[in-house]
Amino acid sequence: MHNSKKWIVIAIIAVVLIIIYSSIKGSYNNMVQKEEAVTAQWGNVENVYQRRMDLIPNLVNTVKGYADFEKQTLTQVIEARAKATQVKISPDNLNAESLKQFQSAQGDLSSALSRLMVVVEKYPDLKANQNFLDLQAQLEGTENRIAVERRKFNEMAQDYNTYIRKFPKNIWASMFGFEKKAYFEAEKGAEKAPTVQF
Amino acid sequence: MKVLKRLAWSVLMFLGVSAYAQNIPNPMQPPRLVNDFAGILNSEEQNTLEHNLRNYYDTTSTQIYVVTVKDLEGYDVSDYAFRLGEKWGVGQKGKNNGVVILIKPKYGNEKGQAFIATGYGMESIIPDATARRIVDNEMIPYFKNGDYYKGINAAAKIIMDLASGVFTADEYYKGDSPIAALIFLIFFFGIIFLSARKRSRISQGSIGKSVPFWLLMGMMGGGGNRGGGFGNFSSGSGGFGGFSGGGGGSFGGGGAGGSW
Repeated sequence: MHNSKKWIVIAIIAVVLIIIYSSIKGSYNNMVQKEEAVTAQWGNVENVYQRRMDLIPNLVNTVKGYADFEKQTLTQVIEARAKATQVKISPDNLNAESLKQFQSAQGDLSSALSRLMVVVEKYPDLKANQNFLDLQAQLEGTENRIAVERRKFNEMAQDYNTYIRKFPKNIWASMFGFEKKAYFEAEKGAEKAPTVQF
Repeated sequence: MKVLKRLAWSVLMFLGVSAYAQNIPNPMQPPRLVNDFAGILNSEEQNTLEHNLRNYYDTTSTQIYVVTVKDLEGYDVSDYAFRLGEKWGVGQKGKNNGVVILIKPKYGNEKGQAFIATGYGMESIIPDATARRIVDNEMIPYFKNGDYYKGINAAAKIIMDLASGVFTADEYYKGDSPIAALIFLIFFFGIIFLSARKRSRISQGSIGKSVPFWLLMGMMGGGGNRGGGFGNFSSGSGGFGGFSGGGGGSFGGGGAGGSW
């Protein structure tokens, strides 16, 4: 009698342990997977921003050819680009603070570029230049890509954040050090992509 | 407190965004490549276009969707095209070889807008600058006259030729003139004809010597295709079987557009 009671208790404990173990294991693996997806998407985000950086020297050179082009606007673009190049985030450090820094540096570059595009309106010769038109299309395409990759990043980060914050996964998440990822914030005017007039 | 506030904001933003994305229509049933929501193509035009695009899809697995809408629901034309491509899964998963040609017709004073969105896998084949030229040079001139079919047809043809490597984006830039191709053809035929006659007079055309001739012919056949158009396909075949819609392709913001 006494002996069989002991076995029942042991069996119950074993079952509970198995349930807890499988819950942790499943959640942990999913968290790893979702975090990896966010990291990979961050790579895509960085790529499209880099793409914009790579485009700028070409753009500046084409515009520079027009002798009387306002130097100040160009200088601002070059400076903003130089600053933005310095702000890099490693994927392990995707917190609100670092993302904010990244966003503000890139935002300065965005607004410098949009000012440049406004000034260009005053130069009909430049606007008729096929090389410039191509660059303009590329720049616009890059801004589109940035918007898309940012949106995808936010969606993935949200997916991950929602996952790790739900009970009981939040317990395992904090146990294994899975932290909430930061989001890109909505555009604040300056962040708006340059509107390129056709 | 600050953290909470930020969190609330981001949650709100996402709720807003996802509710917004609901406005993109679902693909027409049964699935097809030409989705004329705006009703700017007659059924014969739709069939011909569908036939050509479907043929192309069957041989290459590249999906070129033509979508027309009456209203962009407040989106930028580019954003609308990307979201639609992503939602419908245009292109094959992994290859991401989808293209969306989106057209919002001109109504009265409201500008018409067109956009060619390229899936990740198509970005190198149809760079943004090329997409813009296709919109500017192939589509908008026809669209200005209200001839949507011709513009779409011309653009689709260029995209198919680019994607199958008939010519590259760079070659497309240099002006794809059928006359130049014709002169080239006549010139080469002339030379081959002359040399073949000469040769046959000298040595009754041994096999070894005639090989380069056929090789040249083959090469020319490839080059000569450039100027040709389609449109000689029989239309009105009615039902198209065996198309199951988007294959899960993804869009990253490639492409360009224009307005008129």
